[in-house]
Amino acid sequence: MSTLVLDRLRKRYDRTTAVERVDLTAKQGELVALLGPSGCGKTTTLRMVAGFIAPTDGRVLIGDRDVTQVPVHLRNTGMVFQAYALFQHMTVAQNVAFGLEMRRVERAEREKRVAEALRLVRLDHLADRMPRQLSGGQQQRVALARALVVNPAVFLLDEPLSNLDAKLRAEVRMEIRALQQRLGLTTLIVTHDQEEALTMADRLVVMERGRVRQIGTPEELYENPADVFVASFVGNCNLVAGTLERPGSFRTQSGTLLPCTSEAPAANDGLVLALRPERVTVTPGEGAPGDIRAQVTAVTYLGAQTEYHLDLNGTTLRASRSTPLHDDPLRRIAPGEKLTLSWDAASARLLPAETETGDET
Amino acid sequence: MAESRGMFFKSAVVASYALMLAPVVMVIIISFFRQEIISFPPEGLTMQWYVNAWERREFARGFVTSLQVAAIATAIGVPLGTAAAYALARAKLPGREAISTLLLGPLAVPGVVAGTALYMFYLRAETWLDQDITATLSGLVAAHVLLTIPWTVRLVTASLQGMDRSAEEAAANLGARPPTVFMRVTLPMLRPGVVAAALFSFIQSFENLELTLLLVGPGRTTLPVAMLSYLEFRMDPTLAAVATVQILLVTAMMLITDRFVRLSRVI
Repeated sequence: MSTLVLDRLRKRYDRTTAVERVDLTAKQGELVALLGPSGCGKTTTLRMVAGFIAPTDGRVLIGDRDVTQVPVHLRNTGMVFQAYALFQHMTVAQNVAFGLEMRRVERAEREKRVAEALRLVRLDHLADRMPRQLSGGQQQRVALARALVVNPAVFLLDEPLSNLDAKLRAEVRMEIRALQQRLGLTTLIVTHDQEEALTMADRLVVMERGRVRQIGTPEELYENPADVFVASFVGNCNLVAGTLERPGSFRTQSGTLLPCTSEAPAANDGLVLALRPERVTVTPGEGAPGDIRAQVTAVTYLGAQTEYHLDLNGTTLRASRSTPLHDDPLRRIAPGEKLTLSWDAASARLLPAETETGDET
Repeated sequence: MAESRGMFFKSAVVASYALMLAPVVMVIIISFFRQEIISFPPEGLTMQWYVNAWERREFARGFVTSLQVAAIATAIGVPLGTAAAYALARAKLPGREAISTLLLGPLAVPGVVAGTALYMFYLRAETWLDQDITATLSGLVAAHVLLTIPWTVRLVTASLQGMDRSAEEAAANLGARPPTVFMRVTLPMLRPGVVAAALFSFIQSFENLELTLLLVGPGRTTLPVAMLSYLEFRMDPTLAAVATVQILLVTAMMLITDRFVRLSRVI
């Protein structure tokens, strides 16, 4: 177990740049998630750490050791692959023992550690099965045990949950996180699922087209996104283009004024107001003069949550809240009716507008 | 309508199997006919042709030679072909396409042509090296290795292409050096392809006639060549008896192999 440092890591193929320049330090025992849409370079980054891909520039350090030129089999990373990559011709126990065998651990010690690792993932009763006799979730746990049993310096997970169904996914997510914390493993996980990243990671690295957009804790990323891409990729977000009319007031392109007291980035023209839907409070009725009014265009019932699609004189916003109780007048709000909106002016963020944005959330 | 179409396909399948198996079945039946000149109905049934085949030592000797040649050629050709397939699939070799075409070449060249070419080449080589090559076991084995390589390359390449690389990566990640990865993970995953390749190589070599014809010497003929020479003088069911034994042998080999590797999954 060690720290992991990526120092100006870059990967170019003939014409395209897969990874632009990643600087990252994962502390001992920290779980860092690489998050981004497919093709953003997150898997390439992980594979450079494992040693499957040689970087064009930059260094990978595990502990204090520069491993950039070290071949895969000498790096001591423990990787869990997307499709598990179990050895189909070996039993569960043989799969788990493989790494220890390669390290020339003697038989008695090996058997002890294999049994321990299988107990850790609650599979000790299936040690003699063949992988194809196991369910997806069980195979996943074999892959975890196999990677962990060798005490890797760095634990690497490549979309480890994408082959599991939704219910199992939440369960395995918790299990991986608990294991990782208990063993104090420095971990790098690749995912395209923002919920997975937010719930598991100590810190997130949001990537897009080979570039790192932002690095931060889940809270930092959610509350303080650095740009429009991060705001839209991590959680849901209203993104409204416009300009800062005066401090505290934002004018949308359709001319509506919205309260906003957060600091504006350097360039004033071409701003985007980022406002989380759950920060918007909706009240039935027209409210007092000077209040922000909106017309409901759609109401989406999501069970625990209800989402309101709103029109403010040509500016569209979404608001969401926990579904109101039966006797709440909000419960009967229908499209076409009027609502009054309010939010803490400090929770609306100002971001620089981007020419090409993925502001579809 | 659907039912009659189903019937149609069923009868088509039955008909094609009948067409394919009829000669084989006929050979087996004829081998028991008493009369020397084949005609229907049989005058009676007999085992005498089997006895005759056994007493004519050229068949037994040919059988042993064929087994020897096929076994050695398979033992040499399958590892070579596997290595070639692996290199073609994995290494970034310049001129990969050309090499691959070259390795499959013997399949495209008619056996008689290849045999003649080899014969001429061997004669030249004999004068250069001042050593016998034609009519020797090693000369014959070398020729038959040419038969085994294309089959192996084809079957093993197919297995390699369908293979998930991540198990190999996992092995490397767990500390296995490249040769260990190959021996412990890649090769076991390729096992069905390699076993099938060995089987087909063996059969190809065992029953080859055209390529072999010019390369055998007196007293060292293979079974198919021995059968052909017999046919030049006699036309009795002895050959059917020999062929029956051969058919049984090949069938047995296929069945046994199928116990270990589902052949239908590989080919």
